[in-house]
Order: sequence, then structure tokens, then C-alpha cells
Amino acid sequence: MSQFEPNIIAFVCNWCTYAAADLAGTSRIQYPPNVKIIRLMCSGSVDPIFVMKPLLEGADGVLIGGCHPGDCHYTSGNYKARRRIVILKTILENMGFESDRVWLRWISASEGKAFAGIVTDMVDNIKKLGPNPMKEKWDL
Amino acid sequence: MKTVKLEINGREVEVDEGTTVLEAAEKLEIKIPTLCAHKALTPYGACRLCLVEVALKGRVPSVQTSCTYPALDGLKVTTDTERIINARKIMIELMLAKCPDSKVIKELAAEFGVPGGRLKEKKEDCILCGLCTRMCAERMGRSAIGFTGRGLNKKVSSPFGKPNEVCQTCGACDFICPTEKLIFEDVTAYKPEPILDEFNIGLNKRPAVYTLYPQAVPNVATIDEKLCVHMLSGDCGVCKEVCEADAINYDQKEEKIDINAGAVILANGIGVFDANEKAEYGFDRYDNVVTNIQFERFLSSSGPTQGEVVRPSDGKHPEKIAFIQCIGSRDPSCGNEFCSSTCCMASIKEAVIAREHDARIKPTIFYIDIRTFGKDFERYYEDAKNVHGVNFERCMISKIYEKPKSKNVMVKYVDPSGQQKEAEFDMVVLAVGMTDTSKSGELVSKIDIETNEYGFAKVGNRSPGCTTAAGVFVAGTFAEPKDIPETVAEGSSSAALASALLSDSRGSLVVKKEYPPERDISAEEVRIGVFICRCGRNIASVVDVPRVVEFSAKLPGVVFASEFLYSCSKDSLDMIKQYIAEHDLNRVVVASCTPRTHEALFRDTVREAGLNRFLFEMTSLREQVSWVHRDDPVRATEKANELVAMMVAKTRLVNPLKREFSDTVQKAMVLGGGASGMRAALSVAEQGYEVYLVEKEASLGGHLKDLYYNLEDSDTASFLATLIEKVSADDKIHVMMSSKLKETSGFVGNYKSIIGSAGEEKKIEHGVIIVATGAKSYEPEDNEFGYGSSDSVMTQVDLEGRMVKKPEDFSKPQTYVMIQCVGSRDEKRPYCSRICCAHAIKNALKLKAFNEGNEVIVLYRDIRTYGFMEKYYLEAREKGVIFSCYDKEKKPEVRADSGGMMIRHMDRILGKEVMFAPDKLVLSAGISPGDNDELTKILKVPLNQDGFFLDAHAKIRPLDFTADGIFFCGLAHSPRSLTESLMQAQGASIRGVTVLSKEKIEAKAITACVNERVCTGCGLCVTVCPYDAREIDEETRVAQVIDVMCQGCGACAVACPSGATSHKGFTKKEILLMTDVAVGNKKDKG
Repeated sequence: MSQFEPNIIAFVCNWCTYAAADLAGTSRIQYPPNVKIIRLMCSGSVDPIFVMKPLLEGADGVLIGGCHPGDCHYTSGNYKARRRIVILKTILENMGFESDRVWLRWISASEGKAFAGIVTDMVDNIKKLGPNPMKEKWDL
Repeated sequence: MKTVKLEINGREVEVDEGTTVLEAAEKLEIKIPTLCAHKALTPYGACRLCLVEVALKGRVPSVQTSCTYPALDGLKVTTDTERIINARKIMIELMLAKCPDSKVIKELAAEFGVPGGRLKEKKEDCILCGLCTRMCAERMGRSAIGFTGRGLNKKVSSPFGKPNEVCQTCGACDFICPTEKLIFEDVTAYKPEPILDEFNIGLNKRPAVYTLYPQAVPNVATIDEKLCVHMLSGDCGVCKEVCEADAINYDQKEEKIDINAGAVILANGIGVFDANEKAEYGFDRYDNVVTNIQFERFLSSSGPTQGEVVRPSDGKHPEKIAFIQCIGSRDPSCGNEFCSSTCCMASIKEAVIAREHDARIKPTIFYIDIRTFGKDFERYYEDAKNVHGVNFERCMISKIYEKPKSKNVMVKYVDPSGQQKEAEFDMVVLAVGMTDTSKSGELVSKIDIETNEYGFAKVGNRSPGCTTAAGVFVAGTFAEPKDIPETVAEGSSSAALASALLSDSRGSLVVKKEYPPERDISAEEVRIGVFICRCGRNIASVVDVPRVVEFSAKLPGVVFASEFLYSCSKDSLDMIKQYIAEHDLNRVVVASCTPRTHEALFRDTVREAGLNRFLFEMTSLREQVSWVHRDDPVRATEKANELVAMMVAKTRLVNPLKREFSDTVQKAMVLGGGASGMRAALSVAEQGYEVYLVEKEASLGGHLKDLYYNLEDSDTASFLATLIEKVSADDKIHVMMSSKLKETSGFVGNYKSIIGSAGEEKKIEHGVIIVATGAKSYEPEDNEFGYGSSDSVMTQVDLEGRMVKKPEDFSKPQTYVMIQCVGSRDEKRPYCSRICCAHAIKNALKLKAFNEGNEVIVLYRDIRTYGFMEKYYLEAREKGVIFSCYDKEKKPEVRADSGGMMIRHMDRILGKEVMFAPDKLVLSAGISPGDNDELTKILKVPLNQDGFFLDAHAKIRPLDFTADGIFFCGLAHSPRSLTESLMQAQGASIRGVTVLSKEKIEAKAITACVNERVCTGCGLCVTVCPYDAREIDEETRVAQVIDVMCQGCGACAVACPSGATSHKGFTKKEILLMTDVAVGNKKDKG
């Protein structure tokens, strides 16, 4: 069997983390290709269902990238995301998911290196966690 | 030219005659490894890595180097037979034995699975590929190096192994070497000088072709014509050959462009002090002494160390860092007696951020006075001290020297108690000031403006931004050193002055682009066109573009897929339009670079083809795939496919979006008739718009009524009188005296307010609001420093009034003690009131002017005469005003009664208690926020912790509230001087005029929208909206979106429990379909 390659979805804020991903690109910082980015306007517009549905359907991890506290383009969206993710993680644990499959990170537009580092760390981490348990359970 | 057809790995390719097999393979994107081939150099066949099997008709295949073998008609080439792979492996093994430390060869060995170790290692660094010698001879025309010796003795060398004078020190040999051998320094007769990266203040090197910095706009490369070999000698020209976009143009020349302008704004900035001028600090001698600007680069994530704090001498992480303030500022010995205003805050910030990067760092800031006078700055200073562990030492530095072995820096200083101390630091940061005006000399002479004694633009008293030449305005540090919020406000202020001058011709240069009518696609089935960009080789060298095109064409909804070499080129854009017409496309996806730079261009293109702009989506295969997954082309291509599939899925669902417009009421309402309010109103009127000026008192003037003169000794009373006269005479300004704002409803461009005046209510309509409601003088509490106990204890404002109204009282010499920071910088009001130091000095000088025998003693904590005010502090000291420092913890104690006064003061410098029995005690009472509570409720705008209004962004939007259409200025913003208030007022006026000048307000297209049938009117959306863009309709009880207020953050769409609210362009359906595709959910994929 080939090595397990996690399938990770990233919801990133248009103003910070998306720009950081661009900067990682222009700086040619290499990171594993396991993460697929979906651009949103703000981390505060990440609906819990955006995280839950892919997890239930077999995604191995979800990354949410927002602006550092105090830097939100829309004043307070990142705080909303932070509160939501805390609750979501408890729900996930109750459902039998490792809450470490969901990462919320603050990555500003100038932190291309940090973005690549976080993706690399997350891929390593989820490799250790193994495939999403739902895959086996529901024969996905 | 004649072409030949050949076959490589079974695929046919047609190339020009004279092409090599390697180049032909590249055309097919078949990767052949090579170390000695270079596009710009003649083939050499040295490394033997590019071996392939070639066979002419009917002949046995032979092994040849593809870089030297010509492409011939009917040639059959195979690049991946076992024989070839084995041959390459042997070549790699030989090279690995020769250069076991080379990164490139180790990577190749890993890629081909060559373990090494069979042959004896030689530990050399040259594989004799000849790239350097060919580069030097063919492209640089020098032949400064060549091969000497034969067989085992063959090596790269200069003639006779001696330093060669033919060398032009271009460094191309080192640059091109695959094994990173350093050839250059051994062969040249000259001292090589690296090109230092100006943006990182010389902390790293840069090539002669470079981009300025990662976030530069436009982000394109430039050629340094002073250092480019081609520009200097006509040789080289390699960049032109390797650039696939053919973007290199050596003939570009500086152009002179005539601009017919009615006003000029000088925002040319200023240089920093050259630390070498103060040789005693050792900047040029000691490696670990850097300037604050350099240190800032070390902290920056796009700096030379990507945000790692290291010291230059050995790259180690420093622990003890000293910041030395006032280098080149407040220093008459180098002609800069003024204060640079920003360095204290900059050093504190750098110290705090350095500790955030590395908690082991222990910063010490050596200072004369800490001048954190800006809005919220004092709090930052206190936090740096108390929370972040930054050490502050008030002292004079007497000596700095380096310890030769450790390269640590010793700082000798005299502490406040007069004791000599010495401390060792790993690194010293010199806080150089904003002092260098030399670069603006040419500009000044051309525009013919006067400068002040320090070389800055001379600005009229009480007319911020106006230079001595009519129609020429100045903004930013070229007027005076200042912090970001002040320069931004001044930028707006000077724009307002220009706008007033040019109001008649507003909009006359605007060219409106005409588009064809939008096609109605509502009844059409989905027809998507997908365009995959190769971006030259940027994407195509990693991602298998033809495979992605093939994959895309099969995706549901896609009727056409194709690729472009550069999607953004003019002809590609024309092709997109043509394809839209030919294939009846009604949605377009481009997979190329980043939407952040190119989305607008493509959206415009589809609009030109008659489609709504939002029927276009873009996904990134360059920044998110090829550039970051270079080493794994297979998975990169897979990811590219998935990203395209996700975006195509979303695009199936997207619908045209419309931007809503609403009419603008082209009038402003200014609240507050003080200096700021009047100036703002006048400025709006000067720009051509009507203003309602609402003042709660019966007369205009605010605090200015209590002030009579200022440091520059101008007559503020007559200034006020002129201002009132101008405001009253201007028929565009409707002054509403003794009036109060009762209610405001509406939104940007369209407000309705009710103004109450003497029991009557008046309704007004306006498009913007400028809040200039001011603040209050701090009234000392009963018996605070003896206040109220005797007529001899007064505030600075009282003293000023008495000196003007009863000058005869001041003829006899008396002793005055002034106490600073009364009601400022304490627990109750932890902010600095900014103006009190200047106020005290102004009054002290006036007292001295009345009678030189007047004794004035100022008890202070930090003297904050920032900017050019510093000279008055110097003057006061020269005239014998005594300044004595106290600590917050040991405030002066005052005992005052009708019999006399006694002040007990703990002098920090003497370290002793001193008693004064002055005739008069003057309290420098600060500024308290106004009674803003009611207004915050009416306008729904926030206050900061200290009770002043809160800006949308402390640095870059200092005059805006987060709500569109409401602006503020003056003391309502934060404590500030009259001139600074006037500057903000002018700035706020044009912030308002940006709204008023448009007849219609255009809402953003990406906003929230409501399905009214589903909405239950719960109001959660109203609670989460940071922009007051959501409201519940009183009648229907369903939620509404006020389009012009909505910024499109999407917070309400998440909060909505019934799913009635959705986020246009990012609907739940769209995003979930994307995730379905991303997790490979089959049922949604097909």
C-alpha cells in the first residue's frame, strides 16, 4: 500500500492567508501538495458546515487561516472564527474525531514562510493521526 | 527556415533545423537531466547526464549526449531505456565521488537512487562542466578563466594561476556554477564588491536583475542599469535569452513626461540620519551595531533573515540588545536640534516585537525622554515596561566599544544619579532620526519653495500643508518628522487643499469605458470555458498542462477547454473573447496565477465579451501549485486537476451579480463649531459642497476662545476671528448655533438627521458626517496639587488668560513652579495629553519675556516637545527655566493655603528631596475626552478605552470610523495641537468629499442577501454585522441588507440559523460543492 497522503481542505481569508499563500509561491517556498485552498472573504465567514461536511465525507483535515487578532479586515471576523472553532472542536471530539484534524491559524499577508511551515506541520501531524476514521466506517 | 521531424519516446515533434535533441525534447516537455547545458551557451557535452539513445532509420541505436546531437529528420530518440538510466546513474556516481558535498549532485543521486560509497571520495568541488569558462568567454567576452592541465590535473584557473586583470568582477562564474564552487575571488585581481540590497539596508546581496521587494507594486523585475554588464559593455545579455515572455528590453530609456497640473503635492518624504556622522557610536567599525531601520528588516518576515533576529557578526541569536535613542536628533552638534518624533515609539515597538520573535531577548532602551505622545502610544509604552519586560534607562551614553573576541558591544553610560555604569550587549541598535532632507534639494529648487532652518518645506503658521508657493502643498515627513497616522491624515489634508483649488475641474479627466450590453443568461444551460495558463514555463515546467486541459474538458458543464502560453497577454485575452462568442460560453474559469493580481483583468475581459463580471472564476496553479510543489510534478498535476475541478464546480452555480446604486445627498454635516469643525466645514465648502455646521454653544470657537498665543507667537485671537468670519460669510455653510444632534438615520450618502435647537426640531439631509465635537480641559480635582485652595494655584490656561488680560500683575519678579502631567499619564487617564509640555514652555518663555527675573521651575516626567518644538525647549533652558524630573511613583507634594505654599519634590537626578516655596503654582492640566456617550449611541460609533472616538485603523485610516460615511477630527480624535487639529479637519473634509463627489453611491457586488420567505426575523444578523448594514424591517419583520453599507465579509450568512442570508459569490451551496469535489465525493463530481 502506498503511503497515506492526507487530503486537507483550507479555508483562507482573502486579505491575509490567501496573500501569504501567494507570497509562499513568489518566494518559492516548497510545501507538500496535500492542501487545497478555498478562498473566502474572511475567516469569520467559515460556516461550521464547511468544516463538518468534508470531515464527515472523508477529508483528513481542515485548515482555517485568518488575520492575526486585531488585524481583521472586517474588524472582528477572526474572533468570530476563533469562538466558533473552539465549540466545533468539542463537538468533533464528542463525535469521535480527533479535534487536531481542524487547525485555525493566524497568518498575515507577509507570512509566506509561516504559511508553508504550517501546511507542512499539519500534513505531518495528520499523517501521524492516520486517515479520517469515517473513511473506513462508512466505506468511503 | 527548414524544419525537421523526429520522434522522441514515440511522440513526434517538428523543430527548426540546427536544433539539438535536448531542445527538441524540451519542446515536448520531456525532462532530460543535465548539468552543463545552458540556453545561453554553446553545447559542450561535458557532464554526460543528458545521454539518450538515438537511431537513424534502420540503424542500431547508439548512446549520445542530447545536448550536442542535432535533431535530424526521421531520428528516433528514447530517453528512458534501462540502458540510458544505468548510464546516467554511473555518471552521477562518478560525480558524487568527485564532489560528495555538492547539493545539486546529492539531490540527483537521491532522485536516481544512486547510493554512492563504491568509489573513493575525492572531496572536490568542480565537475569540469565548463559553464563558468564558457560564460566568461562567450557571454562576458573576457576569457579571464579557462581550463588548465590535462586529464587528472584539469582544472578551472586564471592564466598561470595568477590574479587576472581581465576579470570584470561580474561574478557570473560563481553564479552559474552548479556545485557552488567559489571561483571568482581566486582569479580576480580586483576586490569583488557585492551589490547590496537597498531595501534591506545593505544587509544582504542582490543581483543586477532583481525585484525591489516581495510585495513591490508592480511586482516585476528591473535591471540595474548602472551595474548590468550588458548595459555597461554590451556583453552578457543572458537574461534576454532565458526570458520566455520576451520581456527584456535593453533599450528602455528614462522618459520625460509633461503633466499639465493645477496643484502639486510634495509627499517625497525624508531620509534618515547617516549613522556614520556620529562615529562615536561605532556604526562603521563594529559589526553588531546596526541602525533601527536595519533592525526593522531583521524583524520583517520578508527581510534578509525572514524574521529571524540574528546579529551580523556571526549570525547568532542575540540576547541582550541595547537601543540608543536620539542618534542625530535633538542634537545641535550635527545641526539637528529638532526631535524626530517617531524613534521612541519605533524602538519600543522593535523591542517588543523582537521579544515576540524570541523570548530570550532582553532589550534595554537608553533614552533622554520617552516621547510616546500619540494616540494609545503611552499605553503601549507602559505595557512594554510592565508586560513585555523591556528595560528603560534614562541616561547619557559616554562611550561605546567592541570586545574584540566576542564582538559584543560595551556601553558606558551615566545613569540619572550621576554614576558611571557599563553594560555588555550582544547587539546595539542606533535609533537614527528622520533628518536627511538633502535628497529634496533638487525638487525644492525646481518648484521654488522656501525651506526652514533644517531644510524641511516651510509651512505657514496655522495653515498646515501650505508651502510658500501657491498651489504647492506638502504632506508627510517633508513638512516635519511625524508618525504614520499623522502623515496619512496630512496626505488627506493636502489633497483637500488641492481639491479646493481644483474643484471646478473635478472629474474632467475621467474617461468612462463603454461596454456592450450584458447578455441575459438566465435561460441558458451552463456552458463553461476553461483556460489553463502555462505562464511560460512557470506553470508548464511542473504541471502537465495538456493533461489538465484534457481533464478539464471532461468536467460537467465544460464545453470548451484550452491552454495559453500567457493568458494575460493581449492576444490571449482577445482569444478568450472570441471563444466566448464561438462556443456560446456563459461562464469562464481561468487557472493561472493569483486572482489578487489578475482577477480584475479577466473579469473585465468577460465583461467586454458581454458577460457579467461575476460569471468568471479563477484558480491559482502557479502560486499554489507549480511554484510550491516543484519537486513533485505528478502530484502537482493531480492537485492542479482537483483545483480546476473545484472551481468549475463552483462556477456551475455562479450567477450574475449586480451592483446596487443609490443617490447621494451631496451635503455634509459637521458636528462641533470649534477650530476643527469650522476648518472642516470651510474645507468642504471650498471643495464645492454644502455643509451644516452644528454647534451646541451660542458662539463658535470652542477651546480656541481661551487661547491667545502659541509657541510661534502668532496671534490666535485674530486667527479665530478670521476663521469665524469666513465660516459665517460662506453661503455654502449653514451654521446652526445652540443646536444639538438628536437623531440620525440612514447610511452613507443618504443620512437624515434631526437637530434640536431651543425646543424646536429641524430635519436635515446629508451624505456624510464629520465629528469634530472636541474634548474638555482636564479640571484638577479638589486639592489635587493644592488646586482650589488658593488663588496662587492655577492651570496653564488660567495663567495664559491672566498674562493677556492683566499683564501688570506680572511686572514684579516672582517664582513659578509648573507641574506637568496633571491628569495625564496616571492610572485614571493613562494617556499623554500631548500638548501640555509645549503649553508649559510657551508660558515659561512668556514669563521670562515679561521679566527676566521671573524664576520658572518645571517639574516634569518626560519633556515631549516633539518635532520642531524642541527648539523652544532649548530656548527655555538657555533663558534659565529650570527643568527637574520626577517619577510617577513620587509625585510632588503641595501644601498650599492662604498663608503660602510649600512644594516637596523628589528630584530624580539629584536623588534628593528639594523644597520650593513659589509665589505661583501652575498645573499643566491635560485633556479629558468630551461627553461622547450620547453621540456614540446616535451615530453607533465606538470609543476607545480612554473615551476618545475610535478610528477604523490606528495607522492607515486615522480619520475614518469603521462605518462608511462618518469621519472625525480634532480633539474628538485624541489630544493634539491646534495646527494638528486643523490638519486633521482638512483631511476629514476630503474623506467626506470622496463620498459627496459621486452623484451615486455604488455598493459592493459581493454582499449579503436575504431570502425573505425563509427569514424569521430573529435579528442575529443585525447583532453580528460590524457595519450596521443589517436591519429588521419594522413592517414585514424580516431582515434587510443595506447594500451600500455591506462590506461583504459574510459574517451574517454564517450567523443566520434559518439559512435565509447568503453571501453572494460565496454561497453555502457553492462552497460545499467545492468541498465535495475536494474530498472526491463521486456523486457530486459527475
